[in-house]
Amino acid sequence: MSASFEIQLIAVVVAVTCAIPGVFLVLQRMSMMSDAISHAILPGIVVAFLLTGDLGSPWMILGAAMAGVLTVALVELLRKTGLLKEDAAIGIVFPALFSVGVVLIAQYAGDVHLDIDAVLLGELAFAPFDRMTINGVDFGPRALFVMSAIFCVDVAFIVLFFKELKLTSFDKALAGALGFAPAFLHYVLMGLVSITAVGAFDAVGSILVVALMVAPPATAYLLTDSLKPMIFISVGIGALSAISGYWMAHFLDASIAGSMATMTGVIFLTAVVFAPHRGLWSVRKRRSSQQIVFGRKMLVIHLYNHEGLPEANQECRVDHLEDHLRWDHLFATRAIKSSLQLSLIKQHGALLSLTETGREVARKSLVEL
Amino acid sequence: MEWITDLFTDYTLRTVALGSALLGITAGSLGGFALLRRQSLLGDAISHAALPGIAIAFLLTGSKAPLVLIIGAAVAGWSGAALITTVTTRTRIKYDSALGVMLSVFFGFGLVLLTFIQRQPNSNQAGLDSFLFGQAAALVERDVLVIFAIGAAVLLLMTLFWKEFKILSFDSDFLGTLGFPVRRLDHLLTTLFVIAIVIGLQTVGVVLMSAMIIAPGAAARQWTDRLGRMIVLSGFIGAVAGVGGAVASSMIPSLPTGPTIVLIVSCIVFFSLLFAPNRGLVFRRIREWKAGKMLRVDAVLVDLYTLASQHSSAEHPHSERVLDVMSTISGPARRTLVLLKDLELARQIDSTHWSLTPSGVSRAESVIERQFGVAS
Repeated sequence: MSASFEIQLIAVVVAVTCAIPGVFLVLQRMSMMSDAISHAILPGIVVAFLLTGDLGSPWMILGAAMAGVLTVALVELLRKTGLLKEDAAIGIVFPALFSVGVVLIAQYAGDVHLDIDAVLLGELAFAPFDRMTINGVDFGPRALFVMSAIFCVDVAFIVLFFKELKLTSFDKALAGALGFAPAFLHYVLMGLVSITAVGAFDAVGSILVVALMVAPPATAYLLTDSLKPMIFISVGIGALSAISGYWMAHFLDASIAGSMATMTGVIFLTAVVFAPHRGLWSVRKRRSSQQIVFGRKMLVIHLYNHEGLPEANQECRVDHLEDHLRWDHLFATRAIKSSLQLSLIKQHGALLSLTETGREVARKSLVEL
Repeated sequence: MEWITDLFTDYTLRTVALGSALLGITAGSLGGFALLRRQSLLGDAISHAALPGIAIAFLLTGSKAPLVLIIGAAVAGWSGAALITTVTTRTRIKYDSALGVMLSVFFGFGLVLLTFIQRQPNSNQAGLDSFLFGQAAALVERDVLVIFAIGAAVLLLMTLFWKEFKILSFDSDFLGTLGFPVRRLDHLLTTLFVIAIVIGLQTVGVVLMSAMIIAPGAAARQWTDRLGRMIVLSGFIGAVAGVGGAVASSMIPSLPTGPTIVLIVSCIVFFSLLFAPNRGLVFRRIREWKAGKMLRVDAVLVDLYTLASQHSSAEHPHSERVLDVMSTISGPARRTLVLLKDLELARQIDSTHWSLTPSGVSRAESVIERQFGVAS
């Protein structure tokens, strides 16, 4: 396997693994917990490192997971005092824990390979150099194995607890009432987020973990209304961002992790604008067509009301619509043109009159109203 | 106590401490408003979103002058905040997701630009990455002057629009009904907020700036219910943390300034949550304990009175055992009976028998009247 292929493979596995717990974070409105956890695992990693002296040990993952759960517990504790809102509690806990980590590194681990740049930013380009060798046989990059293991844990969790997670995400109270222990599930999910974050931070750094966890599910949220497709779309977008990010970095000679995050953002913004049904573009188009439908209805009702009456010559003039219905000229023109096209009305110079279909539409609309 | 003299004589320490103090005041004051408007995490997002602005400003001008970079950072931070608002108001995306996406994507894009700049030949880019983690020790007089000028302008505007911002924070609909331009005032406050954040980036760094915004306000909020006092206190706490961090990191070798400032301000928050009068947890617990004691006193008093009412005299003695059985409070009645004796509401006849005193009788009557609305 070439280094380029290996990097892309690792990037895809990282992105996919992050997207899976991310779906539930986004649905449960806890996206910012990924930010908090990915920063706050730093002291866990440092303490585990200082105790074992080994950067690759499973103890680091355990330490990080514990730090992640500690973060969640601390936020919950602060929030329960009623003295702070949840967002402020998050915003106080994770910088404090992160600072503890930074200070510990500066004090005790200054000379070893554990600098803050690596933790925060990651460097995917170096991942293929760290090999997994057993009895001298090279099996591939270590990051690939670690991330794949975490991926399996994530998938196993989602598959085993799918209905519990679904219920908790959409109706926490009902889940509690049915005895599904949403609080327990919450902590397990947060533990999972922590494990995923610690696996991923090595490759992409702690801040970009947030991009991979939140942006693909948020994009998927714009594209679908049901949970299973949302998971698959998130995973797909994650993988797409990983590969396109790699090539963007390749051409710009820039950070791979940063490029992956940028690509998740580009895909997200594309979905915000162009998503079918929910995107800004289609909402705008729908609004404008609804406006025209409404304008046609108003027009035929107006004509129907004055039809055959003495004031009809005055009321049914084109320019009178602008005064009477308070329409601007452009909108009046569009409404008239659209009604003419559907042959709801006929135009004789400046005067408008209803056709038989138009009269029918007007009657129906009046009944609807 | 050497550090006190150092604070005034040592050039580096004086500059760093002064710069950090000014940042603390500005960030603390504006952060107080953000806390009340529940926009704490917006500060986090803005500080991350500022990163590409710094890189773009450098790419466009080739200059590393603090003012140029600050303007770039402010524009990027502001766009991040505007995008968050647009996405949350115009699509179904929730606020937390919008924050997370913008924060990390802008930061990632900033990282792309920074690494891109670093790999360009002949560019004088060294020091740009100090924005990531902050480099308080690198503050020079010119930086402090810029921070002072901008910070003062921000605080001046905040004071000028004080009453508008006050109503905006507590009841923005009301502000609208009074005829003020709510949206424009909202934009102004957000702009001031963005500026307060970006002037601190070089010192504290993108990652820890959010603590400088949130923590002082959260601490100050515990001590007072008045906006004016809270904002002043918040600025003061920010300044104390700034100076404290600068001094501590100058005294202890390899102690980075930014994280130290954050740890100090976190300790202040912790202390405030525990010991602030009224809201603090310790005083709240004491109050609850006292209230609980008085509730037990009243309950046993009423029990004694009920027993006594079946006898000719209100001061008829009764056995502790009977009260134990009657009582709705948890634990033996004796604990509370001792309290009653201390308050001279009851007296002990022998080792197990108690009776009401005249003042106990009248208090019991008033308690019954209060609880049931009738005097028995």
